[in-house]
Amino acid sequence: MTTNRVAEETTTAQYRPRGRANRVLLSAVGILLAVVWIFPVYWMINSAMLPNVVLQSRTPTFAPFGGSFDNFASVIQGGTFLPALGMSVVIAIIVVGCCLLFAFLAALAISRFRFRGRKAFVLAILFIQMLPAEGLFIAQYKLMSSVHLLNTVLGVSIIYIAAVVPFTIWMLRGFVAGIPADLEEAAMVDGLSRTQAFMRITFPLLAPGLVASGVYAFLQAWNEFTVALVVLQDNADQTLPLWLRGFIQASASRAIDWGQVMAASTLVAVPVIIFFLFVQGRMTSGLVSGAVKG
Amino acid sequence: MRPSSHDYHYSKGGDVTAQATETRTHTLPDLIEPVRRRRRRLTPYYLLIPSAVILVIAMGYPLVWQLVTSMQQFGLSQQFGQPAPFVWFANYVKLAADPYMWTVIGRSILFCFVTAAATMVVGILVALLMNAVNRSVKIVIQIAMMLAWAMPVVAAMTVWNWLFDWRRGVVNWVLTTLGLPFQDHNWLANPLSFYFVAMIIVVWMSVPFVAFSVFAGLTQVSDEVLEAAQMDGASPRQRFWNIIVPIIRPVLAIVLLLQVIWDLRVFTQIKLLQDAGSIASQTNLLGTYIYQLGTGSSDFGTASAVSIFVLVLTVAISAFYVRSMLKEDA
Repeated sequence: MTTNRVAEETTTAQYRPRGRANRVLLSAVGILLAVVWIFPVYWMINSAMLPNVVLQSRTPTFAPFGGSFDNFASVIQGGTFLPALGMSVVIAIIVVGCCLLFAFLAALAISRFRFRGRKAFVLAILFIQMLPAEGLFIAQYKLMSSVHLLNTVLGVSIIYIAAVVPFTIWMLRGFVAGIPADLEEAAMVDGLSRTQAFMRITFPLLAPGLVASGVYAFLQAWNEFTVALVVLQDNADQTLPLWLRGFIQASASRAIDWGQVMAASTLVAVPVIIFFLFVQGRMTSGLVSGAVKG
Repeated sequence: MRPSSHDYHYSKGGDVTAQATETRTHTLPDLIEPVRRRRRRLTPYYLLIPSAVILVIAMGYPLVWQLVTSMQQFGLSQQFGQPAPFVWFANYVKLAADPYMWTVIGRSILFCFVTAAATMVVGILVALLMNAVNRSVKIVIQIAMMLAWAMPVVAAMTVWNWLFDWRRGVVNWVLTTLGLPFQDHNWLANPLSFYFVAMIIVVWMSVPFVAFSVFAGLTQVSDEVLEAAQMDGASPRQRFWNIIVPIIRPVLAIVLLLQVIWDLRVFTQIKLLQDAGSIASQTNLLGTYIYQLGTGSSDFGTASAVSIFVLVLTVAISAFYVRSMLKEDA
C-alpha cells in the first residue's frame, strides 16, 4: 500500500516539469512572455499620458509618472474625433442590428428546416465567409459609385452586413440547434400561442448567442479598414480607423506628435478591448468548433 | 426485418395524430393540413430572403462585375467615359507575362508561409507553456494574449510604428543599449527588414488565437495516457510527437489553414507600414498591389484579374476548411 503510493507520487512528480528549479524557470519564461506580449498595449497608454517634450527625448520614459490626460483632451478638442466616432457608432448599430435580424432568421431556416437548397446555402455562406475583402473591394467600390453610395453610411453598412452576416449565421445556427424544438411545442400544448412560446421560451435561451454574435458583428464593423479606405474617400466622412490613419498623416507633415497619436489610438482601442473580453471564448470555439469539442 | 404495414404508414409521412384521424371521416383540420404543409415548406425560403438579398447585392454582384471587368481593357480613354472594350483573357495573359506580378505572387506566398509557420510555432509553444505553468502564471499569460488579440488592427499598427520609429523608437533604443549598431536605424527602408517588421506585427496579433485554440485542444489530452506512456518509457519528445500531436491534429490543421488564408490576404498591416515610409513598389503584396492598380491607376481590368486570382486561390485553400466545418453541420 505505502510503496504503491510512493510510486504514484514519483510518476506525477516526474510528469510535471522536473523539479522545483525547472518549474520556476518555466514560470519566469511565462511571465517574460506575458510582458513582451502586453508591452505594445502598455506602451500605447504610457505614451498617451506623456507630453511630447518627454517623448522627444533620446531615452524613453517607461512609466507615465507626472503624466496627464492633456493629449486626450487635445485629440478630442481637435474637432475631427467626435464626428468619426459618431460615424463609427452609427455604422456599428446598423450592422449589428441588421446582422442579428438577418442571421437569426437564416439560422432558424437552416437549423429547424430541411429543404431543397439548404446544403448549397450552407456551403455558400461558409465560402463567402472566407472571401478576402482585398479580392472584392475594387468591385464594391465601383458598385457603390454607380449607385451614388460612396462616402455614405448606408454604402459602407451594406458591404459590412454582407461581410459579417455569413459568420453570424454560422454562429447562431449552433445556438438555435442547441434549443430543442420540442420545448416550444410543449409550451404550445400548455396553451401558449406560437409567438408567446417563442418569446417566453426560445428567445431567452437564445439571448447569449445573440449577444455573442452581436459583439462579433460590432468588432468587425468597428475595426474594418480595407473597405472603408476604398469606399470612404471623403475626409469629412470617416470611420475611426480611417480617422486614426489620417490623424497620423496630418501629424506627420509636422514632426509626428506621438503623444497625441497614442492618445488617439487608445481612444479607438478601449471600447474594442472592453467588448472583446465578452466574446473571446465564443469566437475561438466558433472558428474551430469542428475540431474542439466544447 | 421487413417493415410491417403499420411502420409503412408512419414512414409515408403521416405523424401519429394524422394516422389516428385517418380512420375517421375528414375533419376540418385535415382539410387545412395541405395548405399549412405548403406554407411550412416555403417558410425556410422566406427566412433566408434578407440574408440572401444582401449577399447577392454586396457580394454576388461585385463578383460577377469583377469577372466581366477582368476581361475588359481599361486605359486613358476609359477615364473619360469611353466604354471598355472586351478583350477576353488578354489581362490574364498580360499578367502571366509580367515579371512584377510573379514577384508580387512570390513575395506574398513566401511572406504567408514564413509568417504562418512562425505564428504556429510560437502559438504552440505558448499553449504548451500555458499548460505547464501554475494557475496564476497561466492567467497572467492569458490576459496579455487577450489584450494583444483585442487591439484594433489600425491602433496596433500605430503603436508598432511608434515602437519601430527610427529616431525615438523603443526597439532601436533597446538594441543600442545592448551595444548593437541600431542608432537611427530605419527599419522600413529596406524591403527585407520591412517584411521582418510586418511579420513580427502579424505574429504578435495572430499568436493569441493559435495559442488559445491549441490550448483548448490540449485539454483533451488526458493525463492518464501521458502518464501511462511515461511509465512505458516514452521520452518527453516522444510523448509530444506520438501522443499530443496526433490528438490535437484536427485543431492544428484548422488553425494552420486559417493562418495561411489570413496571411495570404494581409493588407492593412502592409498598407499602413507603407504609409509610414517605404517605397510601395518594392514592398507590395497581392492586396496592396490590387489597391494600387484599382485606385491608383484606375486599371480596373488588371486589378480585377489579380482579384480573381486571389479569390480562386483563397477558395481553393478554404475548401479544406469548409469541408471540416460541414462535418459539424449534421
